[in-house]
Amino acid sequence: MTVTAPTGDNTLLGENVATRKIGRFERFLGPENYRILTGLLKTPASIAGFVLIAFFIFISLAAPLIIPPVTASDPFKIPRDGFRSDPRPMGSEWTRNVPDVPFWYKAVTGKDEWVHLLGTSEGQYDIFYGIVWGTRTAFKTGLVVTIATFLIGIIYGSISAYYGGFVDNIMMRVVDILLILPSILAVLILASVLTPRIGKSLIPAMIALIAFGWMGYSRIIRGDILSVKQRDYVLAARVIGVKDSRILFRHILPNAIFPTLVLASLAIGDVVLSFAALSFLGIGTEVGYADWGQVLSFARNWITSLNTYWYIIVWPGLTLVLFVMGWNLVGDALRDVLDPRMRGKT
Amino acid sequence: MTTYIIRRLLLVPVLLFGVTVLIFAMLQFLSPVERTALYVRDFPKNDKAIEGLIKRYGFDQPIYVQYWTWLVGKVDKTSGVREGGILFGNFGYSRSASQPVAELIARRFPNTLDLTIWTVAPMILIGIWMGVQAAVHHNGFIDQAARVFSIVGTSFPTFVFGLLMLLIFYANLHWFSPGRLSDAYNQVVDSSSFTHYTSLLTFDALLNGRFDIFLDALRHMFLPILTLSYISWATFLRVTRGSMLETLRMEYVTTARAMGLPERDVIFKHAQPNAMLPVLTLAGFSIVGLLGGVLITETVFNYPGIGSAAARAATSLDVVAMLGFALFNGLILIVANLVVDVLYAFVDPRVRLS
Repeated sequence: MTVTAPTGDNTLLGENVATRKIGRFERFLGPENYRILTGLLKTPASIAGFVLIAFFIFISLAAPLIIPPVTASDPFKIPRDGFRSDPRPMGSEWTRNVPDVPFWYKAVTGKDEWVHLLGTSEGQYDIFYGIVWGTRTAFKTGLVVTIATFLIGIIYGSISAYYGGFVDNIMMRVVDILLILPSILAVLILASVLTPRIGKSLIPAMIALIAFGWMGYSRIIRGDILSVKQRDYVLAARVIGVKDSRILFRHILPNAIFPTLVLASLAIGDVVLSFAALSFLGIGTEVGYADWGQVLSFARNWITSLNTYWYIIVWPGLTLVLFVMGWNLVGDALRDVLDPRMRGKT
Repeated sequence: MTTYIIRRLLLVPVLLFGVTVLIFAMLQFLSPVERTALYVRDFPKNDKAIEGLIKRYGFDQPIYVQYWTWLVGKVDKTSGVREGGILFGNFGYSRSASQPVAELIARRFPNTLDLTIWTVAPMILIGIWMGVQAAVHHNGFIDQAARVFSIVGTSFPTFVFGLLMLLIFYANLHWFSPGRLSDAYNQVVDSSSFTHYTSLLTFDALLNGRFDIFLDALRHMFLPILTLSYISWATFLRVTRGSMLETLRMEYVTTARAMGLPERDVIFKHAQPNAMLPVLTLAGFSIVGLLGGVLITETVFNYPGIGSAAARAATSLDVVAMLGFALFNGLILIVANLVVDVLYAFVDPRVRLS
């Protein structure tokens, strides 16, 4: 029997050797986190998502240039063109509380004076103004609620996972109880009882969304920490007598937090959606505040004549859908990247 | 298995206690005056009357005393009559609905249940069908289309989709309308000639032999059913697709193909049944979710179910009704989740053994 040397290119051997350069950024994030980030930037769907998100960020930053506020002290107050209750169609003349004409207006629309570009809703609130300035409201509420729920969830979940045993058991039963009621019902009740205390503003709804929004994160981070906790370096830290809190915050958390962080950053779309639903049900801001849910809720009294007044739901509705879709597109790609079955294939 | 069920059952009162304490604590944000204000009709409000009510129902007491009173009620010292007490079935009187809360729930819940029952089949079957098609045509045109559909579906807020449906099918085409029944039929249903066997309207209509009422009820439910299903289709599609793709990669599927079985049989007889386990869990939780999550859909379509009543109670600060709905919802959801878990243990031997 003759022994032959292996021929052809042996890819099995080649795979153990790093053939590409590892940059500083990748070294900083770690290979797994780097894979998640680059994976997100590769699919067309998530790129479309990023473009949508960037578009809305642009609108919210440029709001005063797109349509200047009429009351400078309170730019979130949608200007009212009179007090007639029935909506007026797109392109109708704007007579009272007219904003200044911005530089782009004449070039794009070919008109010298403001008209109601997207019509007015019940009570003559300008829909275009509501949508543009509502973008700021959306980001404001989305960011605050997401950051707060994330922090609370991380702290709660890591304490629960780190101490384990009895403490963990009690803390997780509390989470179970908070998760029993459908979240929209719990949030609605809390927001409505907070409204007389705090007054009609964004705050009651935001507090309610935070109070019932953090449980998911605490569950995820708890699971991640439980697996990181078993690693040798944690044991080593404990052996040399590092304090509990230091082990938790310096050694465990940084190694467990990244997937939750990415998930949380994409939850802004869902938060804005829940917030709009609350405004639609009548909880939240003062009437006339630039907020997408509120602009939509003006349509509730005009259901029977929607064939004439279609623009009072189509434009704000479309804005909300596109905004949420931007986040969902990125989130969908993220789910693929995070899927353990996809690991190893970038 | 039996110990598992018993352990879960023992947890039910604990969870219910937790939920009611939670709601009770939230309601403490309202001052005693605000909690009684709904029950005093004169304007300007009669301070004496409000104070009397606060004293009578103990709203100025510490929270644990109030909670105890809510649980067991208060026995009048002279007449010996017990007033209130949720444990004795007294849920209180709802001002926003002008009827006792128990009666309100009893009237509204069958409507929600009716809607849920009719939503289950289209929601699950069409969702699964789309998921299987997407998996079978993996990375093909159908798969991409399904992906777009599911992303659009998850991005649509319920109320925006509902309003759009009303815009198209009600305001423009006049095919379907919001509400529960046409006015003419409402009188028939309320009259004594119509027997309420099950209090589920569609089934009662059939049992009474009124096929026209049955159709009318379905016609009013069509848009809510479509809205509720559409929102869930995306999730069913995604889960079925993922599970189906995984199953199609297994070796027994390759074996079946190698044996020369027709592709139809390979997919529908060999692969699909095994791919259905995760979908089954999802189906369980979705049905449970429907019972509690119809709040917005019912409000948009003006459908007289328990969700729209709860929304009304919350926005009008009707404390008694809020507590009643939260308790009832909590009870239903805890029991339904328990049933889903137990059923799942029966279907999947792996869960039973662990």
